[in-house]
Amino acid sequence: MSDRIFGLAMICVALVYIASAMQIQVSFLTDPIGSKAFPIGVASIAIICCVVMILRPDEEPDWPVLWTVVSIFISIGLLVAYAYALRPLGFLIPTAIVAGALSYQINPKPALAALTGLGLSVGLFVLFKFVLDLGLVAFPKGWF
Amino acid sequence: MELVDNLALGFSIAFSPYTLMLAILGCFIGTIVGALPGLGPSNGVAIMIPITFSMGLGAVPALVLLTAIYYGAMYGGRISSILLNIPGDEPALMTTLDGYPMARNGRASDALVISGVASFVGAFLATIGLMLLAPILSRVAYEFGPGEYFALYLLAFATLGGISSNNQAKAALASCIGLMIAMIGLDPNSGLPRLTGGNLHLYDGIDFLVAIVGLFAVSEIFFFIESHGKSSAVGVLVGKVRVPWGDIWATRWTMLRSSFVGFFAGVLPGAGASLGSFMTYMMEKSIAGDKGGFGTGVPKGVAAPEAGNNAAAGGALVPMLTLGVPGSGTTAVLLAVLVTLNITPGPTLFTERPDVVWGLIASLLIANFVLLFMNVPMVKIFVRVLQVPPAILLPGVTMVSFVGIYSLTGSYFDLLLVVAFGVLGYLLRKLDIPTVPVILGILLGHQMEKQLRDAMVLSDGSAWGLIYTRPSDPTDLSLIALGLLIAAVVGFVAPIFLRKVLKKPQAVTD
Repeated sequence: MSDRIFGLAMICVALVYIASAMQIQVSFLTDPIGSKAFPIGVASIAIICCVVMILRPDEEPDWPVLWTVVSIFISIGLLVAYAYALRPLGFLIPTAIVAGALSYQINPKPALAALTGLGLSVGLFVLFKFVLDLGLVAFPKGWF
Repeated sequence: MELVDNLALGFSIAFSPYTLMLAILGCFIGTIVGALPGLGPSNGVAIMIPITFSMGLGAVPALVLLTAIYYGAMYGGRISSILLNIPGDEPALMTTLDGYPMARNGRASDALVISGVASFVGAFLATIGLMLLAPILSRVAYEFGPGEYFALYLLAFATLGGISSNNQAKAALASCIGLMIAMIGLDPNSGLPRLTGGNLHLYDGIDFLVAIVGLFAVSEIFFFIESHGKSSAVGVLVGKVRVPWGDIWATRWTMLRSSFVGFFAGVLPGAGASLGSFMTYMMEKSIAGDKGGFGTGVPKGVAAPEAGNNAAAGGALVPMLTLGVPGSGTTAVLLAVLVTLNITPGPTLFTERPDVVWGLIASLLIANFVLLFMNVPMVKIFVRVLQVPPAILLPGVTMVSFVGIYSLTGSYFDLLLVVAFGVLGYLLRKLDIPTVPVILGILLGHQMEKQLRDAMVLSDGSAWGLIYTRPSDPTDLSLIALGLLIAAVVGFVAPIFLRKVLKKPQAVTD
């Protein structure tokens, strides 16, 4: 069933892809193939593969239980928030929070998770800033 | 005597203290990365690339560091296969089949030593093979025009799924996903944007590094959240490390045969190390017959796949350096490094940048001895690494990958893409769709399209341009292009039928 759902979803993606490939602007001087043919061709092969997947699906994979799915969604949310927070909030605070939270989700021990968050954030900052000389900002602007 | 001169040049570069230090450092990091469950050579190299670039290393040092990590990870992959029954990466899967039973029979340290020596034999012979074969192949590569290159790319994608994956349609779909992603961005021929949905961030295309880190490193954290890190407790104790000379002597022919077969499996573009370890294991199994006891924990069953996959790792460098077509996921990553360092792989590399090629080869020879030393007498240090709890390790790996990408591009949008690729990687791996073809597609998509378009320009739009590559004389059939195209079709169709006869062994469970 999962194979079929994924196959259907990919067919939709490929159709949208082909539709937008049709819209590609073509310059007046172009080669015999042009810039549309290759994307359309690849997407068409993808559709054939999806049809095979739908007709002959493999065994069902073991999907995690609901709680684990929730927990995976939480970590996706955290990582997205991290992407937005890294520039305005500096390195140390977001890293400590996200690393700690991820650690807690792998192994729910609050003390270990807090230590992991703190340790990784400070340790990696020292490593990146002073050993590897990367340009990282420690704290939000205007704190110190 | 050209070879001796070239090697002398190589060693003069490799023995400079700085390069030597980087090679040793790379071996050490690589073995750790390989040993950690779930982190394979491609992850290791991918995570290290942004950091290497930010450090501002030159072409030769950067390449030496990253290939040392690559070789190291190939060695290290066996450690978690044997002790935890978790392959560090795809090719190490075959090592679990006999390695883990051996460890459970109380012969963990023997298995580690035998596989370490087998890795050395495989990698060493393959490096010599690389030294001999690469210059010859680079001469052949001068004959390659756009038609031949397109056929070669097609062969790479067609054989990528091959016998070592479970479902041909899924492998092909993965390649298509990669190629579709590669098309996003500016069209190199016309300079007009394609498939960007009007998003300015996408005009530059999607960086393959972002995809690699997402697909390999970030998706791993979701797997660990799912398993709560339970599967990675070391259940087997490693006793005092002694060298089982008898077993090593008894497996000498196995190691040599497997190195040979593994090397050539690695040279095939697309096939790579997974095919090497798979073929060598099956070969030795059938040579030994039923009495060989493969699958119950015999030394030959450990030696064969390890010699095979390390030889294939060396072999995979041959097409990467001479043709610019990688033979495996990790060499794809290395190819990207070369391109980013402004080195164009291909036949001209050997004449224009001999320092890069021979410095690399000499460093690999040295790295092999360093790795033998690290992986046999010092193997217990790396076993200790496995005891780091995943609750510390995985957040660490994630943060390192994020900072690496961020320091390279400085863009929050790329970090969002990393997360998106992480989710995609999790879904694909859950559905048993291989992720390596996606990476290769992203990496090679532009080149593949360009070669096809160039071939068509030469032939004025006729599809025969793929095999009749000279427009001036359309009766001149290119045997290379034709051979590669036939090989691509056979390579794609054959596994569908072979799979019924030759079933891929699945991981053993307790």
